[in-house]
Amino acid sequence: MNDMDAISVSGLVKTFGKTRALDGLDLAVRSGEVHGFLGPNGAGKSTTLRVLLGLIRKDSGEARLLGGDPWRDAVKLHRRLAYVPGDVTLWPGLTGGEVIDLLGRMRGGLDKSRRADLLERFELDPKKKARAYSKGNRQKVALIAALASDAELLLLDEPTSGLDPLMESAFRGCIEEEKSSGRTVLLSSHILSEVEALCDRVTIIRDGKAVESGTLSELRHLTRTSISAELARTPSGLDGLPGVHDLHVDGNRVRCQVDAAGLDRFLAHLTPFGVRSLTSQPPTLEDLFLRHYGAEGQDMQEYGRAHRAGVAR
Amino acid sequence: MRLLLRRDRIVLPIWVVALALLPVAIANTMADLYPTAADRQSYIDIVTANPTFLALYGHAFGHSLGAITAWRLGGTVLFVGLASLLTVVRHTRAEEEAGRRELLGATSAGRQAPLLAALLVTFGADLALGVIAAASLVAYGLPVGGSVAFGLSWAVFGWAFAALAALVAQATEGARAARGISITLLGLCLVLRMAGDVGKEEGPSWISWITPFGWIQHIHLYGDHRWWIFALFVGVVAVFVAFALALSARRDLGSGLLPTRPGRPSASRWLHGPLGLAWRLQRGTLIAWSFAFAALGAILGGIAEGGVEVIRDNPQLEIVVARLGGSSGIADTYFAAVMGLLGLVASGYAIGAALRLRGEETSGRAEPVLAAPVSRQRWAASHLAFAVLGPAVLLAAAGLSAGLAYGLSTGDVGKELPRVIVAALAQLPAVWVLAGISAGLFGVLPRIAASVGWAFLAACVLLEEFGRPLQLSERMLDLSPFAHLPKLPGDNVSAAPLLWLTLLAASLIAAGLLGLRRRDVL
Repeated sequence: MNDMDAISVSGLVKTFGKTRALDGLDLAVRSGEVHGFLGPNGAGKSTTLRVLLGLIRKDSGEARLLGGDPWRDAVKLHRRLAYVPGDVTLWPGLTGGEVIDLLGRMRGGLDKSRRADLLERFELDPKKKARAYSKGNRQKVALIAALASDAELLLLDEPTSGLDPLMESAFRGCIEEEKSSGRTVLLSSHILSEVEALCDRVTIIRDGKAVESGTLSELRHLTRTSISAELARTPSGLDGLPGVHDLHVDGNRVRCQVDAAGLDRFLAHLTPFGVRSLTSQPPTLEDLFLRHYGAEGQDMQEYGRAHRAGVAR
Repeated sequence: MRLLLRRDRIVLPIWVVALALLPVAIANTMADLYPTAADRQSYIDIVTANPTFLALYGHAFGHSLGAITAWRLGGTVLFVGLASLLTVVRHTRAEEEAGRRELLGATSAGRQAPLLAALLVTFGADLALGVIAAASLVAYGLPVGGSVAFGLSWAVFGWAFAALAALVAQATEGARAARGISITLLGLCLVLRMAGDVGKEEGPSWISWITPFGWIQHIHLYGDHRWWIFALFVGVVAVFVAFALALSARRDLGSGLLPTRPGRPSASRWLHGPLGLAWRLQRGTLIAWSFAFAALGAILGGIAEGGVEVIRDNPQLEIVVARLGGSSGIADTYFAAVMGLLGLVASGYAIGAALRLRGEETSGRAEPVLAAPVSRQRWAASHLAFAVLGPAVLLAAAGLSAGLAYGLSTGDVGKELPRVIVAALAQLPAVWVLAGISAGLFGVLPRIAASVGWAFLAACVLLEEFGRPLQLSERMLDLSPFAHLPKLPGDNVSAAPLLWLTLLAASLIAAGLLGLRRRDVL
């Protein structure tokens, strides 16, 4: 465990009755970084956050937050952090402005100019009562309350799941600002493009365990580049190459997925056939994601391709 | 509708069966205590002269076993009304707020379906209640006509308040308000009946015609039945339901009739922490209940003297009066009974205030507060303050207004006011114990906090109001904290029970706070 870590978790276990929600989770978030936390529903992301907030008690393992114990030192540590829950429920009779002020005051203070600035950027009407807000607006209330505070650590649980793209980009701008002012952010999200854009490092969690952790470039190393090429002559001998998967040769056209390790040799093999056009797509986090969510040994190429085709409408 | 039936499959049958079997139990006891017609006649004559019993049960119409049973149960029909209105509100506004109605509304069920389903289920339950009650009475041996009328009267009473609740639910901004208003109206109807009964020797006054409680009396159960009163009930039900349906058709989901007004853009000075938040959340309920208690107190205090006068001026009851301790003794018994009732009602408020914590937790609204530098203890204490101090405010208000009203009517405010206020406040330790049970459970076994907390109140009501008529043992009666309170005004004030009840309440709350600190928060 590093003193530079804002959050460090190792071997965290939490069981609810028969369900083992966290099964030896490891997580390390360095101070000043934006750390992405990815996983399918039910993987344990929210559970981890709740352990870090001292709302639930771990069964075993270690958890340190800002140098303190999240369960015992909860109140003290909460002064230095801000939290945005995954599913925001507000008090129906209070207005958005009142909720923001209340949460800010409980935390020890709110920067008024920043509050006003954020209200404008997110286009939120603070006079409306919470029962009149849509889900996205409720989320904005929680976001503004957190971003307007001067917490050194932000814990965000799917903060943009209800926001439209315009607001999402406002959110991204804010996170960039937080990062540049040295704040640490733990961002749990399903939106891969957002994580790719904002996060320095990423941890992927599945079934209560971290299956992958590192910077994006480190992780990309582990995935395959998809290559689509049009050649002068019909190629041959491609299937024998190491690291080549899902090869489709259609006359002079070649489509396949190539491991990072075998990329060099593959291209060397391809060029003698005369490359007319070449398209390569770098591995996206999505590929990584889908590979890990698939059942063991299942070929995820079809998934990835279909997904990509759907996304690239 | 099947969904509704499934969701209520435990609670509703319990209500129905418990209430339905009460009449026959009472009949049985009455038969035991007053076996001959002469016994019953003298019992009724004496008892209905006493303003306490007049207020609680109203006038009797006849002295057959059936008649006195029906008389004794005159106030109990309140619970039928209460259960009906709670069920309807639960399945209309409360469902909406939980978002479940949106889920249903998206299906082919139709716009009015939830409301209709709620009403059908409640009407059905009330009918079942009436049928079971009637059948059990007939099986016991009471005349068929009277028993059927009795069962039917309970059923239509439940219908009336179910329909009322349906109507109110369309107009209010939320489930809590719908419940509050409906319960207030129910209470108002009861008090009006009381006012209509006390102080009149021969029979209820015209006031009792305003309230459904009075209508039931006027049916003359087990006597010369006036069946047309049922038509009155059904008519009222039809009107309410029609209005409710009309309003429901026009209303947007999740809102009341009035559009939601915009509020403040920034928080006032008072909203600065968990206590400020708790105040904001609980103030509406507290203020409304305070007014209700003050009004109740005023009415109940005001009618007391009238009732006492009747006894005092009756030469035949002189001996009885002397035995009861003179006219002041009669007034004391009256106020003791009334304050006992108010204590039970105040417990209802206190339990509700304490259980808010659970509501906040399960809805997820507690999360942001607990994620702030607010300790769990502080958060819980902010709401429990209302469970502890709130009933004190309520009982003080009732005591004050009752004492004033009574004092003014007897011309001796200086003497009566303090006695009545003390009688009211003496209920607090028992109220606190009931609140403490809910608070303790919330900390240690939160999932059952609501059901057990309310069940305890129901048990206390049963023990206090029906313990003696049902001839329950002393040990059972002692289970209720209210049984240990001194019967003020009039009784000797012994500090001991008040002290240990308060201590018990404090320990329960402390246990709850400790449990809260150790457990997972949802």
